[in-house]
Amino acid sequence: MKRLRQLHKVQELFYELKIRDAAVKEVSTVSPLTMMTQVRQILRSQKITAAPVIENGTLLGIVSVEDYINWLLEGADDCPVSERMSRDLVTMYDDEPMVFAIQNFEKYRYYEFPVINRQSGKLEGIITKFDVLVALLKALDIDYSKMEIGTYAGTHFFNDVTADQSRLEFVYSVPDGDIGAGGEVASKLKKNLGYLGIHPNIIRRVAIATYEAEMNLIIYGGGGTIRTTLDGNQIRIEVIDEGPGIEDIDTVLKPGYSTAPAWVRELGFGAGMGLTNIQDSAQNLDITSAVGKGTKLDIIVPLEES
Amino acid sequence: MKLEDIVRKLDLEVTSGEKKLDREVTRGYASDLMSDVIANAGKNDIWVTLQTHPNIVAVASMKELAGIVLINGRRPEQETLNRAVQEGIPILVSSLPSFEVVGRLYSFGITGMKG
Repeated sequence: MKRLRQLHKVQELFYELKIRDAAVKEVSTVSPLTMMTQVRQILRSQKITAAPVIENGTLLGIVSVEDYINWLLEGADDCPVSERMSRDLVTMYDDEPMVFAIQNFEKYRYYEFPVINRQSGKLEGIITKFDVLVALLKALDIDYSKMEIGTYAGTHFFNDVTADQSRLEFVYSVPDGDIGAGGEVASKLKKNLGYLGIHPNIIRRVAIATYEAEMNLIIYGGGGTIRTTLDGNQIRIEVIDEGPGIEDIDTVLKPGYSTAPAWVRELGFGAGMGLTNIQDSAQNLDITSAVGKGTKLDIIVPLEES
Repeated sequence: MKLEDIVRKLDLEVTSGEKKLDREVTRGYASDLMSDVIANAGKNDIWVTLQTHPNIVAVASMKELAGIVLINGRRPEQETLNRAVQEGIPILVSSLPSFEVVGRLYSFGITGMKG
């Protein structure tokens, strides 16, 4: 059933896309006075199988590898391409639907068709089977990423399970002092959210917030707990420690403010940007703290980007 | 420019992520502060730093950076290397100091500006 729908989508695109969406606009052309002996070099250097022959912007014909080979086989004298080019051309207009090109490729044995601008009557580009394929893939890719964003909200799980309330909880304990182990919770959480089909942008936000909170637990909090709760709308990250607590919350929220000891700074931590980074990744950050008792961060990341 | 071209031109030693060298790099970030990199580096950036501890892999992975260049011949710690292999993050070692590494990257057209 899925296969049928995909085919249908491509067919729809055949009509939706125009020739101009696929045609290559930078075309190597030759003048009618270009000599046949030069054709090989031109086709080869541009890696093309044919070149339109143009005079004052008007398309006179097309000179292809085949014309060149025929000329070689006949052992004829060198001459301007105008004497050997194909004049019997099948051209396409830039505003025609892509399906016309596909029909033409089936009908004629040509590798490419010159594309003409309907208004000016001048050569606009050239279209090959390869160009059609690339344009189709691009269009499908755009459709697909739209679909991905639509369904990757992670909410489907919560729509599918039935309960008056449902939520999913991941709890991690973070040991004290081991900076080298920092980032493990963030990394595990990232994987879990990936399994659930949460959108990559949301995962990134959660990973950054969790990473910074995790480092805070290790450096300042004496270790602690990270509890992540998902429901259909948001991811809540609670970070709890029983460390020294924060005296003045407004001050620690200032970017650049840090109480990190020298050895921590030497490792590139304690820049005083951790909480700022959490704030930037989250919709909401609440800090409650009591000196000598501990600190709790309550971080909310919504499942849909506003 | 592809990461592998940078490796070749700067004569970098590839210590991990050999299979991820075909990534296109257009921008770079130089910093030794983890949170600063988290805040300011962007996807596919090349990151120049002197830090060698395992957290650089976590940061690079989180920000989807193209690779890490360690300067002054500093080598990744064993645990850093283990994680980099696991996460597929290229860690590249240069014998040059950071100013020189950044300058040469800039001359290849790698800039530090967003957008």
